[in-house]
Amino acid sequence: MSAFIAVLKRDLLLSWREGGALGTALGFYLVVVAILPLGLGPDLNLLSRISGGVLWVGLLLSALLSIDRLFARDLEDGTLDLLLLGDLPLELVVAAKALAHFLVFGLPLVLLAPLLGLLLNFPLGATGVLLATMVTGAPAISFIGAIGAALTLPIGRGGLLLALLMLPFFIPVLIFGVSAIEAAVLGPASPWPAYLILLAVTLASLVLAPIAAAAALRLQFR
Amino acid sequence: MSNTDTSQSKTNSQTFVQRFSNPTRFMAWSDRLLPWVGGLAAVVLVVGLYAAFFVAPPDYQQGETVRIMFIHVPSAWVSMIAYSVVFIASVGFLVWRHPLADVSAKAAVPIGAAFTLLTLVTGSLWGRPMWGTYWAWDPRLTSVLILFFLYLGLMALRSAMEDEQLGAKLTAVLSIVGVLMLPIIRFSVNWWESIHQQASVVRTGGPSIHWSMLWPLLVMGLGFSLMFLTLHLMAMRNEVMRRRILGLQRARAGQRGTARLQVSE
Repeated sequence: MSAFIAVLKRDLLLSWREGGALGTALGFYLVVVAILPLGLGPDLNLLSRISGGVLWVGLLLSALLSIDRLFARDLEDGTLDLLLLGDLPLELVVAAKALAHFLVFGLPLVLLAPLLGLLLNFPLGATGVLLATMVTGAPAISFIGAIGAALTLPIGRGGLLLALLMLPFFIPVLIFGVSAIEAAVLGPASPWPAYLILLAVTLASLVLAPIAAAAALRLQFR
Repeated sequence: MSNTDTSQSKTNSQTFVQRFSNPTRFMAWSDRLLPWVGGLAAVVLVVGLYAAFFVAPPDYQQGETVRIMFIHVPSAWVSMIAYSVVFIASVGFLVWRHPLADVSAKAAVPIGAAFTLLTLVTGSLWGRPMWGTYWAWDPRLTSVLILFFLYLGLMALRSAMEDEQLGAKLTAVLSIVGVLMLPIIRFSVNWWESIHQQASVVRTGGPSIHWSMLWPLLVMGLGFSLMFLTLHLMAMRNEVMRRRILGLQRARAGQRGTARLQVSE
């Protein structure tokens, strides 16, 4: 357990000291959300209706922007070799790194979302549901994204390829996240079923995604 | 293809599957089998197409447009069969490290993608006169589109890898992840459709199809499956030959390199 926390701490510290990348992700999220009304027109009713979906798609894209570097830095400086040889199972190493990615990128992006909602006339009463679905779904983005990061690691700059490979796998997260928000805003159905399925998808991805990502990493270093 | 088969002496100690999956033996038996499968596919397809266009009656609602179904539905079947082949071959490759399993997976992906695209195109051509639009976000259409994306991802990942062996392994991992995700994606897309209630045109569990239309459809399904088998075998043979040629070229380049070194010395 202490090794898990050590890997987590190390990744958090590195991201904190490096800086930069988080600013890029937040800026990207802001620009993506801000550019949509310019394309769709300033009709606040329309924007309000689609705001939940727009915020979710923006969160997904912004979080994926940084995930292709999840293992790349450790591959370049040789840390990954040590992590592979270390006592901590590779699955847990992957989980620690994905968790760090969620804490460094996912969480700030989630916290920015209600603010960006103002630009889209997002119903203020549903801010709680928005935050709840995003906090629940964002870890799944980091963990499923880790599979893509592991698969595209040998390619180097595999960012675009990662998006092509992985975006279909985020459809459930997106659908249940947005469904819960829409149910809360429009009614009459309760947002709970969609939210609970989102939670289930996230929990499953927390367990299964590290196994897949670790398998992909092991195959590269045999 | 009956060149020196060094493994022939060892066949007694091999299992049935091993004997059939030895690349040299595969080339031999597929060479003999291919004309028969291909011929059978052609015959069944001719019968099926004739039945679909001249024997089956036009639908009382859809008219002649219903004939698109005889292409559309079999290609949808094959698109799923192909993904199953990719999945099984990938598991076989990762577990037993058998190169022929990777050849099978690699060969099935573009064929599956082509049939998925055919499903989408015929579906959208059918949708225009029936629904008044080329594309509707119907859960089935959406699921097929996502299957198409998965195929594209498999091809993109493999082609992006410089190391062919590594590309094969990682593509196999991706296809297995895809199989695990597909039911969840399908479920979520159904859910998504249920909350965005549009005028649903596709009847789920509607009246069953009449026998006069069903049998041409089944014949076409069989024909398409045989066509897939033919194409798959041909693509696998091509891939095996490509790898052999590549190996020979490398060996030759190596010889030349050493020769040149000796000359320069």
